[in-house]
Amino acid sequence: MNRRYVLATAMGLTLAMGGVAAAQDKTKACFVYVGPIGDGGWTFQHHQGALAVQAEYGDKVEIAFQENVPEGADAERVLTQMALSGCNIIFTTSFGYMDATNAVAAKFPDVKFEHATGFKRDHANVSTYNARFYEGRAVTGTIAGRMTKSGKIGYIGSFPIPEVIQGINASFIHAKKVNPAVTMSVVWAYTWFDPAKEADAAKALIEQGVDVILSHTDSTAPLAEAAKTPGVIGFGQASDMAEYKPSPRVSAIIDNWAPYYVKRVGAVIDGSWAQQDSWEGIASGEVEIGEITDAVPAEVKAEAEALAASIAAGTYHPFTGPLKKQDGSDWLAEGVVANDGELAGMAFYVEGITGDIPK
Amino acid sequence: MFGGIDPGLLIASLMVASVPILLAAIGELVVEKAGVLNLGVEGMMIMGAVCGFVTAVQTGNAYAGFVGGAAGGAALSLIFACLTQYLLTNQVATGLALTLFGLGLSSLIGQGYVGIKPPLTGAVPFGPLADIPFLGRVLFGHDWVVYASVGIIAAVAYAIRATRAGLILRAVGESAEAAHALGYKVRRIRVLAILFGGALAGLGGAYVSLIRVPQWTDGITAGAGWIALAIVVFASWKPWRVLLGAYLFGGITVLQLNLQAAGSGIPVEYLSMAPYLITILVLVIMSSGRGKASLTAPASLGQNFHASR
Repeated sequence: MNRRYVLATAMGLTLAMGGVAAAQDKTKACFVYVGPIGDGGWTFQHHQGALAVQAEYGDKVEIAFQENVPEGADAERVLTQMALSGCNIIFTTSFGYMDATNAVAAKFPDVKFEHATGFKRDHANVSTYNARFYEGRAVTGTIAGRMTKSGKIGYIGSFPIPEVIQGINASFIHAKKVNPAVTMSVVWAYTWFDPAKEADAAKALIEQGVDVILSHTDSTAPLAEAAKTPGVIGFGQASDMAEYKPSPRVSAIIDNWAPYYVKRVGAVIDGSWAQQDSWEGIASGEVEIGEITDAVPAEVKAEAEALAASIAAGTYHPFTGPLKKQDGSDWLAEGVVANDGELAGMAFYVEGITGDIPK
Repeated sequence: MFGGIDPGLLIASLMVASVPILLAAIGELVVEKAGVLNLGVEGMMIMGAVCGFVTAVQTGNAYAGFVGGAAGGAALSLIFACLTQYLLTNQVATGLALTLFGLGLSSLIGQGYVGIKPPLTGAVPFGPLADIPFLGRVLFGHDWVVYASVGIIAAVAYAIRATRAGLILRAVGESAEAAHALGYKVRRIRVLAILFGGALAGLGGAYVSLIRVPQWTDGITAGAGWIALAIVVFASWKPWRVLLGAYLFGGITVLQLNLQAAGSGIPVEYLSMAPYLITILVLVIMSSGRGKASLTAPASLGQNFHASR
């Protein structure tokens, strides 16, 4: 049989089925995940958001998702396939899908795209959304500065992108504020999800004398490694990671995507969806601080909670001057607050962090 | 200390980091020596990781977990053995399918085990030996699997080089027809080799989920099986070189993380790609010049055999 004919038929069928779905008035919300749902961190939280959408709208929506989609060319294929299969809105949940999302959005102007943590909105049907993780980092950084006995805290970074660098800077600024002698070692894992490598990175840091580990990768492995050495603590990242309570996990930064997903899918259903750039934080509940356990002294816990409350109330911004860049040049003058554009493109360390950001 | 890194600690952690790929690679080496190319190492490893984890949690015994891991890996490899040895399917395609199947099945089995902590495996108590400066930490501070993995390398090296069974295995891998003509059961020998490779890959996977990262999450082996395949080629099918290759691959990963933690200025990217560059280099050297070490690849690698041919 003619292969081209088969392909054309297959594509026609998919399109026809998409048409049927639309005729049934069922909105299809699709999600692309960078890791497995069972990672216990980043992807798990996005999937919780997807489930919340289903719970909210019941029969009116259909959700679909694909796990473990590599960033790059594969993502483009997956997105195209999703768009062809009748998805009305597609959430792409990792920074590395940025170009693929915009490229596919150009071909499917009727499909809405929502790209997490990115900044490119080349077409009218692409929105971006992010959470102000750095607000949570300010709180965990404060706890880290108070809790370290060796004066060394470690940070496991995934990739040197603005979102991660914001986290490193916010943690360090607030650790230093409560403990001027603190130093921070940054290890780049160059992966979002590789439990063995994340554990190795934590181990390397512990061997260097680090006793508080902050991580910006997706699995619970750094906590599992910290649990092997008494006296080392860490934080839940993206998800609560409650199974490591009360120590090593002394608190957590939780991403709560559910309200945003419910709102945006709702906008598709009632036709009010419009392009936007969303960046919510502690105030709206998109970033939550997980329970601070009893391993932390009461006064440190109170201090951390007060900081979180002041950020939520809008009376304090984690990047408030005077702040200098790593090279000693001035960044923010006394009392000046960093603007969002500056934060979204952050590519430098603040003063006091050693080492270079890989190019 | 050099460059802010304690070499003793570094060597100790690279030995631990290398165990999973070491076990999987030596298992695959035996499979390939029998003339079978099983690209499903990643799938067998992750099945070992999940089966080992589930067994350890259910029985509360880490040793039972390792037995379960080996059994899980072997069970998956049995599918491969049936398909390639009895139904004569293409080995490359079947191996790749095995990896995809293993990843999915492990995720299914592992549901409900996310976030549970397995029973811990401690270091082997060497008493005063562990207190010797440097050597104590490098050699006498590990869990039993680290020692067992080196022991397995020694056993495989000896068996392949100096025993009758090893000779038969090599004969089957070099020329299945000749071995068949001599009356050896080619199919049975190959199935046994595949099961051995599966069990060792499973053991390596169980090491990841029970000791190295004591937890279960989907996709926990994250590509270690593919590195194990590269190591077999890197080692040009020689057991002791598998040990070298595994320590090199595992070592560079650990080294680059340690260099970063110690604040060294060496760019990470160079170190991350170093093992692969070295593999390519070894392949180039092997396939050129008079040495022609590439001749050490088993001659009927990847070819199916049927007695009627």
